[in-house]
Amino acid sequence: MRLHHFHGGLSLPQHKADSAEQPIAHCPLPAELNVPLLQHSGLSAQPAVAIGEQVLAGQLLGTADSGRSAHVHSPASGTVLAIADGPLAYPTGLSAPHVRIAVDSPQRAVTPLPVLDWPHADAAQLIARAHACGIVGMGGAGFPSAQKLLVARDTVILNGAECEPYIACDDRLMRDYANEVVMGGRVMRRATGAGRVLLALETAMPEALAACAQAIAECGDGEIELIAVPTIYPAGGERQLIRVLTGNEVPRGGLPRDIGVVVHNVATARALWRAVAHGEACTRRIVSVTGPGVQRAGNWDVAVGTPISHLIAQAGGYTQAAARLIIGGPMMGVAVANDDYPISKISNCILVLADGQLRDPTRELPCIRCGDCARVCPAYLLPQLLLGEVRGEQWPRAQQQGIFDCIECGCCDLVCPSQIPLTQHFRYGKSELRVREREAERADAARLRHQQRQQRLTEQQREREQRHTTQQDALTSNAAVDAAIARAKARREARGTDLP
Amino acid sequence: MRQFITAPAPHLPAHNSVQRVMALVLLALVPGITAHVWFFGPGVLLQIALASAFALLLEAVMLRLRERPLRPFLSDLSAPLTAVLFALSVPPLAPWWLAAVGMIAAIVFAKHLYGGLGFNLFNPAMVGVAVVLIGFPLEMTRWLAPAGLGIATPGLADSVLTVFNGSLPATWQWDALAQPTPLDSIRRLANAGRTLSEIRGNPMFGDFGGHGWEWIANFYALGGLFLLYKRIIPWQVPVAMLGTVIVLTVPFWMSDPDVHPFPLQHIFSGAMVLGAFFIATDPVSGCTTPRGRWLFGIGCGLLTLVLRRWSSFPDGLAFAVLLMNCVAPWLDMHSRPRIYGEARHG
Repeated sequence: MRLHHFHGGLSLPQHKADSAEQPIAHCPLPAELNVPLLQHSGLSAQPAVAIGEQVLAGQLLGTADSGRSAHVHSPASGTVLAIADGPLAYPTGLSAPHVRIAVDSPQRAVTPLPVLDWPHADAAQLIARAHACGIVGMGGAGFPSAQKLLVARDTVILNGAECEPYIACDDRLMRDYANEVVMGGRVMRRATGAGRVLLALETAMPEALAACAQAIAECGDGEIELIAVPTIYPAGGERQLIRVLTGNEVPRGGLPRDIGVVVHNVATARALWRAVAHGEACTRRIVSVTGPGVQRAGNWDVAVGTPISHLIAQAGGYTQAAARLIIGGPMMGVAVANDDYPISKISNCILVLADGQLRDPTRELPCIRCGDCARVCPAYLLPQLLLGEVRGEQWPRAQQQGIFDCIECGCCDLVCPSQIPLTQHFRYGKSELRVREREAERADAARLRHQQRQQRLTEQQREREQRHTTQQDALTSNAAVDAAIARAKARREARGTDLP
Repeated sequence: MRQFITAPAPHLPAHNSVQRVMALVLLALVPGITAHVWFFGPGVLLQIALASAFALLLEAVMLRLRERPLRPFLSDLSAPLTAVLFALSVPPLAPWWLAAVGMIAAIVFAKHLYGGLGFNLFNPAMVGVAVVLIGFPLEMTRWLAPAGLGIATPGLADSVLTVFNGSLPATWQWDALAQPTPLDSIRRLANAGRTLSEIRGNPMFGDFGGHGWEWIANFYALGGLFLLYKRIIPWQVPVAMLGTVIVLTVPFWMSDPDVHPFPLQHIFSGAMVLGAFFIATDPVSGCTTPRGRWLFGIGCGLLTLVLRRWSSFPDGLAFAVLLMNCVAPWLDMHSRPRIYGEARHG
C-alpha cells in the first residue's frame, strides 16, 4: 500500500527501549483504590453504589446515563469508603466524583457476562457489549467506544503508532497480546461493517511488527492489513494517521466519520475483545512507568484507581533527579502536582522527568517570525501569526487562523528559537473562545427573552388600549347617548308631567 | 504523597535559540568577509569593528532606557549582525562617524523605537544604509579599487588614520585610490552612449560582474548555501529573488546584448547575492508565510532591477528591501496556507 505524508512533525529521540524491553508486570492491588467516575470524554458516570456498600470486582460503580458517558466498574472487591469530588489530570483542571474503595482479601468477583458468539452476533449486540463493559478509547482521548462503533464505516484503523517519546505501553501490548488486538479489530469490523481494517504501527517497533504479523497470519482470517508508518511525531495523531494511510484529510471542523473512517487505539481493540470473548469489563490497563526519575522503567498491568505513588513504589521509587511527574508523554502529557492521582482507563504512561530535561521559562524572547513553527505544524497553521492574534485578543482572527485546528502536539514549542510556549497560548485562546461562546449564547438567550418580553408587553398594552377605546367609543357614541335620552324621556312620560 | 512543580506541556526544552540562529548567520558571513578583506584591505574589518561597537553600545543604552533586561538581549547577537551587514555595505575607508550615524538610524530608530527585537517593521541594517546613502553620498561613493588591478590598497595603520581623521594620509590621494563601483561605471558610461562590450573592456570588470566583486559574491553564496542547508533562512527568498533577476533580464539581454547587461552580471555585481541570502532573508522584517516569502523575494529582485535602471542610486537593493518591508505584513495576511482539512485549491 502506498503511504502518504503528513505536513510537518518532528523526529524525536525515542527513549522507549527502557520500558519497552521489560515484559508486562502485574501490579498488585493497593490497600485503597480511588476510582474516578469520569475516565472518558463527555459526562461523568452517575454513582451506582452507596458509601459503606460491599462491592465485587467487575461490579458497576457508576452508570452512564447518556451516550456521551461510559460505565465505570470496580477493579476489585471491597468496601466503598467515600464518594467525593476529586481533581482529574486535565490541563484545564477538571474535577469529578471518585469512588474510594478499601480493597479486601480474598478477592471476590461478579459472574462475567456471557461470551458472545461474535461472528454471528449482530452489530447492535456488539455495541451493547462495548457499552456494558465501559470500553473507552485507551489511547488518551477516552471517547466512549460504543458511540464510535454506532456509525457504519468503510475503514477501521487500529492505531498502534505510539508516537510520543518514552511511552511504550502499546508497543509492549502488541508484543504480548497481538492475537487479542487482531481479534478486537475483527470485532470492530463486524460492528461497523467496514470493508477493511488497517493495523498501523511505527517502523521503529520491529518486535511488535513481527508479533502482529504472526498474529494476523494465525487468526486474522485475511481481514487485517498490517502497515508500518514512518516514525515521525505525531504520526499517531488521529488526523495525521488518517492522512498517512488514506491520503485523505478529515474536513476542517469535521470528524473522521465524515470520510468513512474510524480510528481506535490497539489497547481499546484488546479491551473490546476481552469484553466480547471473556465478558470482562474494562478495569485494568497497561501503563508505562518510565523516565530518568524512576528507578526501574517498565510496563505494568494496573487496576484503574491505583494511586500513582503505589505504581512508582513498584518501579523501585523515585531517583534523586526526579523533578516532574507527568501523566502521558513529554509532549502532550499533563504534569500533576502530586502522586496521589489515580490511574484511569486513559493513563498510558507515568513519566518522571529529571531537572536538566525541562524547559526554562525564563529564556523566552520575542518572536522573530522565523516560521520554523509553521514548518513543523501538522495542521498547516502559522503559529507565529496565531500567537499575535491570541496575545492581542483578536478572537475572530484567531479563529480564522485556525486556532481550533491546533492539535496541541507541541512541535512548534520545540523548534521555536525564541522558546515561546506557543501551545500554551493556543490552549488558553481556545478556552477563552469557548468561554466567550458560552457567554455569547447566554447573552443571546437573554436578549431573546428580553425581546419576547418587550413584545408581550407591547401586545398587552395594545390590547388594553384597544379595550379602553372600545369602551370609550361605546360611551361616547351617539347611539348610547340617544338611548339614554330616550330612556329618560320614557321615564318622564311614564311619571306624567307633574315634575318641576 | 510527594509534591511536584507543574508546568504546561510540552515539557521538553526547545532545541534552538535566537542566539544560535544569529551566530550561524554570522558564521556564514565569514567566507564573504574574508574575500571582502582580501580585495579591499583591512578597512573592511575596521568598519565591522566600529559598527559592532556602536551597535552594542546603542543597544545597551536603549535597553536601559526602555527598562528591559540587558543580558538576554545583548547576547542574542542580533545587534552585531545588523552592524556587520551595514559595515559590508559602506566603503572600507569611510569615516568613523558614518558607522555611528548608520547605527543610530538602525538600532535606535528602526529597531528600538519600534519595540526592539522582533518588532521592527524595517530591516535595521538597510535603514542605516539608506540614511547614509541619502545623507552622505560623497563618502558612500569612495569605494577602493579591488586588489589585483595594480592599484595599491592602504594597510591597517593608514586605514585607521583615514577612518578616524576623515582624510587620507598625505601619501595617498582619493583620485588614485578610489574607483567607482562597476555598477556605477556601467550606468554612467551607458548613459553616455557607450556599448556594453566597450565598457566591459575595462579591467575593473571580471567574468560576470566586477573584478573582485564576483568572487566576494561567490563566497557569500557559499555561506548562503550553508544557511539553506542548516535551514536557518527560508529557501524561497533567495530562489525567488535571484530567479526573478534572471527571468527578467534574459529577454532584454537576448534582444540587445550591447545595451542590456548579461543576467549573471546583475547577479554578481553590487549587493545582489549578499542581499538575496543575508538581507532579504531577515525573518523579522520579511514575510513569514511560504507564499509570502516567494512574493517578497520576487519583489526584492524586481525592485532592485528597477532602481538600478531608473533611480539615481547605482544599487537600489537597500531601498528595494525597505519597500518590500512595507508590504510584508499585507502579503502575510493574504497568503495563509490552507489548513489541514480545508479543500485544496488547484
